[in-house]
Amino acid sequence: MATAVTDIPAVRPALIITPQNGWMHLGLRELWGYRELTYFLAVREIKVRYKQTAVGILWALIQPLFTMLIFSLFFGRLGKMPSDGIPYPIFSLAALIPWTFFAAGLTAASNSLVGNSNLITKVYFPRLAIPISAILSGIVDFAIGLALLLVFMMFKGFYPGPNLVWFPAFLLLALITALGFGLWLSALNVEYRDVRYVVPFLVQFWMFATPIAYSAHMLNEPWRTVYSINPMVGVIEGFRWSVLGRGNPPGLMLLASSAAALLTLISGLYYFRRMESRFADIV
Amino acid sequence: MSTPAIRVHNLGKQYRIGQHRRGYKTLRDKLAGLMPFGRAAGGKLEQDVSNEYFWAVKDVSFDLADGEVVGIIGRNGAGKSTLLKLLSRITSPTKGRIEICGRIGSLLEVGTGFHPELTGRENIFMSGAILGMSRAEIARKLDAIIEFAEVEKFVDTPVKHYSSGMYLRLAFAVAAHLEPEILIVDEVLAVGDAVFQKKCLGKMDEVSKQGRTVLFVSHNMVAVEKLCSRGILLDQGRLIFDGPAREAIEMYLTPSGDGRIQDLKGSRREGTGEVVISRYEIISSTGKLVRAGDPFTIRMYFEVRDRVSRPHFSLSIFSRGGPILFSIFTSDLAYDIPELSFDGYIDLEIHEPNLLAGSYPLHLGVSDEATNHWYDRVYEGAELEIEPSDVYGTGRQRAAAYSHLFYDCSWSLTVTESSGAATAVSCPVS
Repeated sequence: MATAVTDIPAVRPALIITPQNGWMHLGLRELWGYRELTYFLAVREIKVRYKQTAVGILWALIQPLFTMLIFSLFFGRLGKMPSDGIPYPIFSLAALIPWTFFAAGLTAASNSLVGNSNLITKVYFPRLAIPISAILSGIVDFAIGLALLLVFMMFKGFYPGPNLVWFPAFLLLALITALGFGLWLSALNVEYRDVRYVVPFLVQFWMFATPIAYSAHMLNEPWRTVYSINPMVGVIEGFRWSVLGRGNPPGLMLLASSAAALLTLISGLYYFRRMESRFADIV
Repeated sequence: MSTPAIRVHNLGKQYRIGQHRRGYKTLRDKLAGLMPFGRAAGGKLEQDVSNEYFWAVKDVSFDLADGEVVGIIGRNGAGKSTLLKLLSRITSPTKGRIEICGRIGSLLEVGTGFHPELTGRENIFMSGAILGMSRAEIARKLDAIIEFAEVEKFVDTPVKHYSSGMYLRLAFAVAAHLEPEILIVDEVLAVGDAVFQKKCLGKMDEVSKQGRTVLFVSHNMVAVEKLCSRGILLDQGRLIFDGPAREAIEMYLTPSGDGRIQDLKGSRREGTGEVVISRYEIISSTGKLVRAGDPFTIRMYFEVRDRVSRPHFSLSIFSRGGPILFSIFTSDLAYDIPELSFDGYIDLEIHEPNLLAGSYPLHLGVSDEATNHWYDRVYEGAELEIEPSDVYGTGRQRAAAYSHLFYDCSWSLTVTESSGAATAVSCPVS
């Protein structure tokens, strides 16, 4: 330990702290410096999530699986919902896997700052690491869900085709969407705990505003593109198209969805940064 | 000495009163505030607008040179913790400026980021990352940390199964191996047993001998005097002394005479005003601040506007935001006052108080004994401040937050064996 003192460089950069008012830069470089912390926070979430549960990680399967069964029964069998010529269970499961990832990520991100108030009031690090890690921690559940979907597909004779190359792009879009809205909601939640009650309601409402139980192709242009201002429309339609290798490419819908998601992310980042300096005082 | 490690200039931090207590507002409050009728209904609030904000830290300036070890002392609410939070960037200042040269490690709590479900090893990485260490750095120091914490056997056990001593040792071990150029430590020595405290102090001493800059907040004056060369004394958010640690401690323990009589003119009160309680004073029999267990006297000054007969003084001690702890009338002690026609004061002397450290709101009152009609009753503004001390005589300082009271008491353990015979085990006190 005695050698540590000599590590101190002769010329040290000075950190200057002054009151923060108005708009400020996003501090993404600093966030990058804390990427290991973001990683550790996400790993902590993952490790802790299914501790002391009876079936453990199986919970990651149960939720989409049972929702699929209910959807298949009510919308597929009884409602005779058109599903772009794909068997209804696969049609809905291919949407439920990314949707569950998004919904869980959004919920986790919204509550993340309040849930980590002990960290916020005791230690400094870029607060963006908290909602980001909350969303990233859903990746494991998502991967498991994806494996379930693939098994299901092969069972029914579906194999992903070359469209699968686009899969990472849709995953990225889902991440951006979850983060964009997650940033807004988490920062608002610090000040207004109403958000805690709004989020479950919002997620439920949003699910039916997204083509999970039905296909976006039930709408005609130009309404379909207008509809895809909901960024999850692009995610779900694109995901289905790339993984199932059938149906119609998302095209214009993807453009509208990406634009909406990016706009939310950028505005969310600025709003979050603006509120950040007050988190420790009011959380 | 070249550039200072820390330069603080005119630093100020303003809080809104109630921000801490209420924690958060709801959208409804905000919406109500926007409505014209909502604002009219809140008219009462606007009267106290001057009281709505307070400065937790105000106009604080100082420079710290490389390698200085500085103790920050002051009473509860003097702004010590806020100052540390500002320096460690947890909260941002309302005005002023801080310049920091070098990597800062701040330790405002033992075990920040620990999760009970994770193992000791996992928590070392987690807590290390939160304190600002890289993964490689933690991996390199892992063995040293485990050894320091003395948890070799349990390093792969979830920390929820740890004893509180093990938990504290592990948490402190991680922080102790952070090698910042500037170390900020808040009150962490107030927890844990004597062995642990000694270990912490030893480590802090080691750190300071390596030429690092250390800022240390504590109520433990013995530790401050031992570790620090310089002391900064804060009072009501202002820096009132900056100099040798010993002098700062002296000054902290001997409050200036004139500040002790507290005026109650602006306090919230009710009553018809024949007799008015104008001021109060807490008098410690040792002449210094009141430490837990020290006898003290509460003196109420009153002004008589109209002659009254058979008045009845009362005093209540409350816990902050909680229940009443103690309440007494003059009549309870059969102390009857036939009448009052001149100003004066009345003393309540508490011979063997059993309040632990903390600040306790007081209600002071005077009423008509026959009808229980209040002449005057002050229910905000008066406060009793008790400083920590070693009330159980064990040499350990206990955290105050858990309880308000202490009693003269002792433990004794009896273990019943299966044969039915009882064996008494005597435990040494220290």
